[in-house]
Amino acid sequence: MVYFKRFSIWQLFLLLMSLPTTLALVGVLTAWLDIDLLVLGHLFEFVIPNAVLNTLGLVLCVAIVTSLIAVISAWLTTVCDFPGRAFFSWALILPMAIPGYVMAFALVGALEYTGSFQTYLRESISSSLILPDVYSFGGVVLALSLTLYPYTYLLVRNAFQTQGKQSLEVGQSLGLSVRQSFWRVSLPQARPWIVGGSLLVMMETLADFGTVAVFNYDTLTTTIYKSWFSLFSFQSALQIASLLLLFVIVVSLLERQSRHKQRFTNARNTVQARSRILLPSLQAYLACAFCGVIFFIGFLLPIGQLLLWAIPHLSSGLTDQFLRYMLGSFSLSLLAMTIITALALLLAFAARTQNSYLANWSVKISTLGYALPGTVLAVGLLAPIAAIDHYLARLGFAAPILQGSIVVMLLAYSVRFMAVAFSPIENNLLRVTPSIDAASRSLSVSGLSMLWRVHFPMIRVGVLTAMVLVFVDVMKELPITLMTRPFGFNTLAVRIYELSSEGLWQRAALPALAIVLVGLIPVVILILRADKVQQ
Amino acid sequence: MSTEIKHYLSLNEVVIGYDSEPVLSGISFSLQRGEIGCLLGPSGCGKTSLLRAIGGFEHLSGGRITLNNEVISQRQYTLAPEQRQIGMVFQDYALFPHLTVIENVKFGLHGLSQPESDTRSLYLLEQIGLMDKKAVMPHELSGGEQQRVALARALAPQPKLLLLDEPFSNLDVELRESLGEQVRALLKQTQTTAIMVTHDQHEAFAMADSIGVLNGGALLQWDSAYAIYHQPINAFVADFVGQGVMLNGEMVSTTEVQTTLGCFERKSIAATIDNIQPGDPVKVLIRPDDIIHQDSSELTAKVVARHFRGAEFLYHLELDNHERVLALVPSHHDHAINEKIGIRLEIDHVVVFK
Repeated sequence: MVYFKRFSIWQLFLLLMSLPTTLALVGVLTAWLDIDLLVLGHLFEFVIPNAVLNTLGLVLCVAIVTSLIAVISAWLTTVCDFPGRAFFSWALILPMAIPGYVMAFALVGALEYTGSFQTYLRESISSSLILPDVYSFGGVVLALSLTLYPYTYLLVRNAFQTQGKQSLEVGQSLGLSVRQSFWRVSLPQARPWIVGGSLLVMMETLADFGTVAVFNYDTLTTTIYKSWFSLFSFQSALQIASLLLLFVIVVSLLERQSRHKQRFTNARNTVQARSRILLPSLQAYLACAFCGVIFFIGFLLPIGQLLLWAIPHLSSGLTDQFLRYMLGSFSLSLLAMTIITALALLLAFAARTQNSYLANWSVKISTLGYALPGTVLAVGLLAPIAAIDHYLARLGFAAPILQGSIVVMLLAYSVRFMAVAFSPIENNLLRVTPSIDAASRSLSVSGLSMLWRVHFPMIRVGVLTAMVLVFVDVMKELPITLMTRPFGFNTLAVRIYELSSEGLWQRAALPALAIVLVGLIPVVILILRADKVQQ
Repeated sequence: MSTEIKHYLSLNEVVIGYDSEPVLSGISFSLQRGEIGCLLGPSGCGKTSLLRAIGGFEHLSGGRITLNNEVISQRQYTLAPEQRQIGMVFQDYALFPHLTVIENVKFGLHGLSQPESDTRSLYLLEQIGLMDKKAVMPHELSGGEQQRVALARALAPQPKLLLLDEPFSNLDVELRESLGEQVRALLKQTQTTAIMVTHDQHEAFAMADSIGVLNGGALLQWDSAYAIYHQPINAFVADFVGQGVMLNGEMVSTTEVQTTLGCFERKSIAATIDNIQPGDPVKVLIRPDDIIHQDSSELTAKVVARHFRGAEFLYHLELDNHERVLALVPSHHDHAINEKIGIRLEIDHVVVFK
């Protein structure tokens, strides 16, 4: 009897866990319940074609540029050897720490005609030297590509590390030159990783809000925001969101499919230091220059520009107001981190111990949110929340209760970041053998006390990883915070967005540096861990 | 019913798996308090599923398991493992890696005061001879030591029943035997009722009071070790437990069988051949120890293969009609291949199968 009673509590938990994501998706679909033909006509005539074309163009170009950067630099740093290779191997991951909306205004600030870098070039090299206009489509592509290429770089690097050299040798043994082997053996073999990385990049590009906003480049995400906050048409915001959702679903289905093809043929045979191809001097310089340029514009230049802005105003920048934003960001991130990690831990544990259809589906649905753009989530969740508030108001509560409260924001975060917290915990939990659970239960320790006494001490690293990742992701997050925050509530990310959209870049530099600093934590952990795997 | 109640543990027509495709079915056996039972069978025979079902980790789709007069499993009812007070020792030991040896042993002690649980766990550590390792982490122990800690941990809460899943399979052969004896002694001393699962007949013989041979999801025979070896119920049991060959024979009466080695009287059990008639062709089980080498014997056989085993040779012998038998012969009788040697039969239990 007791057996069935406990079962239902976990069942309830699993059902509840899949509820927020479902609500958000259903919320987006309610867009089509109530169709205002006038508004819809306007949308389809003037707004949507432009936004769709812009979005698709951007996604395509960013995918191509990131793939090129990632494949070339991954090939150079894993299979070849040249001066600085060891440094670039990890340094090329660093741009990941800079959120797109920071990268965007830092790059614009440095590269525009009156910007620091272009001015420096004119003064030191030639006064006639003019860089192409950064405030353009090319600029958006550049900024997004630089923050996003590390996704593909990490995947492709992994692929080359495990099979690059081996496939080269196979090619060479069949009479191909190094160049021929690269094109005919190594590259085709690495294709699943390149495609997988590019699809991740595409998903991030579809979701991006902050970067395109800096360039005033209208995509679906900014159109959602504008329809709601400038045109005050929540319904059309939802309708555009459902359109964006359609693209996201296509890309994430492709991504899921591509992951099945990512199989290592021989993981043990990694590239050894002595077996790397030593590039002849001219090629070595070119390789070094290529990696150097990417690292320079992707990391040194934006960071340098931020420092250039921030340092002179350091004393005036460190105001009470700034500290308040810091506090807002930190307390919000801490709160979200605690809740989301705890829920992810319970979810992973429930999935492990229940091992039912319900558990599998609950995990699938509740970790789906990572693919959903923040803008879509924000509007999608708000629709059902408004309905609930409406219902509560009818019951006599003072409305609105949930809307504009921190609850909505936390709900949206938990949908978006559940997967981030879940996967490191699940990975660690998978390494605990089932007989450990059986042993514990045969000694009359089960349920939450088993989680606390047996599993938790064994998966501490995974839980810690989850906490760090969620903390940083929430701190960097922009559209959800911007669209669901309680009135007057500010975070560093929102502050950066507000200041940079008003062109007050100098003042945005200090909060931006704070965000980058926090964002470096998981990147450094990633680099250290990758190094350990390599050894 | 009345006989069932006297048993401490009893399984009654147990079915595991889907009705249409059961993993195990029709499993019935019982144990007295303090007895050690053993489930023996090849891999995939379902013995581990059966053990897990007794532990409560697997549901029954039919039948009933009772322990100490309480139904613990039947169709649509499974008492949760944590409420059964059934200890388990796992193949991989499953020691908690973050706890020291003594913390592992104490893990299942609930409702005892600190001094009481100290006393209990120290007593067990003494029994397994690991007092000096009490503060050590599991990964610092050898395989045999981990095994003993796992046993102590399972015994600490004085379980109603102890289940051992291939407990010695990860140990080397010498350690297996000595540890097997220690474990049996400890179980007998603590009067623990236990069931062990193994695929190794020697382990089963060394440990168990009763042995059940499983194959293809069915319990073929539940008997003492001696009976399993000398009175196997069918050809599979005969073949799986111990070595031996089947000679062709023919019934000359309902109790006598004629083979190329002579005529024997059938005294053994084998219910499957009750309706046997004179003239029926049958198989006769001949164990290596049934055949004695004797130079003076008129009956001879040709050596076709030989395996030196130290104290003895295992000879593969070919009879005149080209049938083959095995013989265990003291190793100072060193005969070459193709040599003809004299043999004599010494069979206490003639086992006949259809």
